[in-house]
Amino acid sequence: MDETKRRALIIAMAKSMTDHAEELTALDQAIGDGDHGLNMKRGFDAVQADKDVIAGKALPDALKALGTTLVMKVGGASGPLYGTLAMALGKELSADPSRADLARALRSAIVAVKARGKSESGQKTMLDVLEPVAAALETGADPVAAADAAAEATVPMKAIRGRASFLGDRSIGHMDPGARSSALLVAAISKALDTTA
Amino acid sequence: MSGQNKREPNGNVGIVIVSHSPDVAKGTAEMVRQMVGEEVPLAFCGGNPDGGLGTSVEAILAAIDRAWSDAGVAILVDLGGAETNSEMAIEMQPEERAGKIVVCNAPIVEGAVIAATEASGGASLDTVRRTAEELSPA
Repeated sequence: MDETKRRALIIAMAKSMTDHAEELTALDQAIGDGDHGLNMKRGFDAVQADKDVIAGKALPDALKALGTTLVMKVGGASGPLYGTLAMALGKELSADPSRADLARALRSAIVAVKARGKSESGQKTMLDVLEPVAAALETGADPVAAADAAAEATVPMKAIRGRASFLGDRSIGHMDPGARSSALLVAAISKALDTTA
Repeated sequence: MSGQNKREPNGNVGIVIVSHSPDVAKGTAEMVRQMVGEEVPLAFCGGNPDGGLGTSVEAILAAIDRAWSDAGVAILVDLGGAETNSEMAIEMQPEERAGKIVVCNAPIVEGAVIAATEASGGASLDTVRRTAEELSPA
């Protein structure tokens, strides 16, 4: 993967988080502490500001740098969670991964995110999107469609982890903000990879 | 005072308070100071990197530095993000420190006061944590 593509990926992710910051915050106000959109925007604004340095690195180091920036700048639990996801992907991926490599790396990264958040699938979190995306990458299905459907599928779930879990049954009926931000990032990444291919 | 034992204040476990709210963090630290005095290294932080509600890994790393003691550091947190960010900060510590820092599963205000009280008597990190965690609802 060349520098142009890495830069395009950063710009696409940051734009997506900026464009959807209000939507994510509204989702988080329903069942969380109401800051997810602003937090993600703050994190990706910092990534965007540093895009030349980050994109100048080979993919593994670029992901590590991106993850570290998210950890430092997001300011909520999603910072360590997305930061861990990026750093774990960086550890597993080569500089120019295939789709199969990406699927394998994502499986490892999911294990790392589970450990960081002390969470499992089915608890109304970003993991409920990441697992179906990994499955789609493995089977040749469309990861973007899988992510969107998976985010939608968090609506009837009852939250077990995070602030939403305090609400118990009242968390049912709302899409999980972390599932939505994950799906948005999957769409942004997928589109950027296609258009710069 | 100094005759009772030979411990320096820095020989006691340090306490770090991490809240989403800068005011809660500061207020909790004030309660600790008033009730426990100057016998324990104490630091607090609250707020996200923009100064709004939230927590910042960078600020937690700095607070751990300020409260550092060779006896270890016990961190008291409020909500989930404070815990996750504190765990991240612990993992980013140099190897010789990482095993000597714990996040207590305890209510932040009561936990900080009781942990500091225990620490001021020279208790080990394990004892400080256990005492604070006895406050947690089962």
